[in-house]
Amino acid sequence: MAVDLEEIRKMCELLMVANQGDHFHALGIKVTDIQRNSIAMELGYSDDIVGNPETGVIHGGVITALLDSCCGFSASTALDELALTPTIDLRIDHLGPAEPHKPVYAVGEVYRVTRSVIFTRAIAHQGDVSRPIAQAVGNFSRMEKGTFTDFRHTMLTAYDQIFGEDA
Amino acid sequence: MSTIAQLVENAQKNGDWSPCIEAIPYARLLGIQLSEIEAGVFCLPPKKSNIGNPTLPALHGGALGGFMEMSAIFHLMMSMEVHKVPKVVDFSIDYLRPGHFKNTYARCEIVRFGRKLVNVGVDSWQDDSQKLVARARAQFLID
Repeated sequence: MAVDLEEIRKMCELLMVANQGDHFHALGIKVTDIQRNSIAMELGYSDDIVGNPETGVIHGGVITALLDSCCGFSASTALDELALTPTIDLRIDHLGPAEPHKPVYAVGEVYRVTRSVIFTRAIAHQGDVSRPIAQAVGNFSRMEKGTFTDFRHTMLTAYDQIFGEDA
Repeated sequence: MSTIAQLVENAQKNGDWSPCIEAIPYARLLGIQLSEIEAGVFCLPPKKSNIGNPTLPALHGGALGGFMEMSAIFHLMMSMEVHKVPKVVDFSIDYLRPGHFKNTYARCEIVRFGRKLVNVGVDSWQDDSQKLVARARAQFLID
């Protein structure tokens, strides 16, 4: 049994839309596509995420947050049921600066799933996937089935309360 | 001399780094502070905009990583002859424990200061400095 992608969509929407002022909001990250084993995201440019005020280049930490989320949500699509996938570790290579005033796109994919670990990778680019600005590999915990049963229930109930049963 | 270089030079002289933190938008967004525990130790107080999972609530892994990277950058600017914001080449982080919604600390150590590249290690904890929440390493280009 594979996790229902509709539930993944609800989790993404809940985490990103319903919690005004959390980290996704503060950075301006949103999910743009959900597939089995792959998630696409977009980070809008804003003055708040600049690391060097003289160049206007986005801080590396923001790219870390984007690629961590992209790898993590990708990992969740590889599960059997809706759950969280704690990050084990993450490595980011910054291949070049992000051009200011342009959005950054991220594409993540799961490339191997074992009993306890989900192996993922992601790139960040600004329109040309063959010229990524950053590349990440991240490993995520695949917890025992049932660990997040309560979490799933809480998440889906909260979604229905906020967006309505028919959303 | 650029604004940042001027701010860094002033801070290196008078020890007040708050104008530098104020000048970097991402540092302001995170809410990074210079902790008073000891030199080279930075503090990230709990802030709603750093939450990734509201059901727990837990610190966003990316916010924690960003805080550790930012700490390394400030540590470099504070302790060495670095006047520009160092450029990160790569950053790697091991998550060891969940990050809760409370004060988070980072201690930076310069492992090697080369002509062009600097390697920095960063340890992060919350209640007990022996129980790390995350450990990171980063390479920076300086010029």
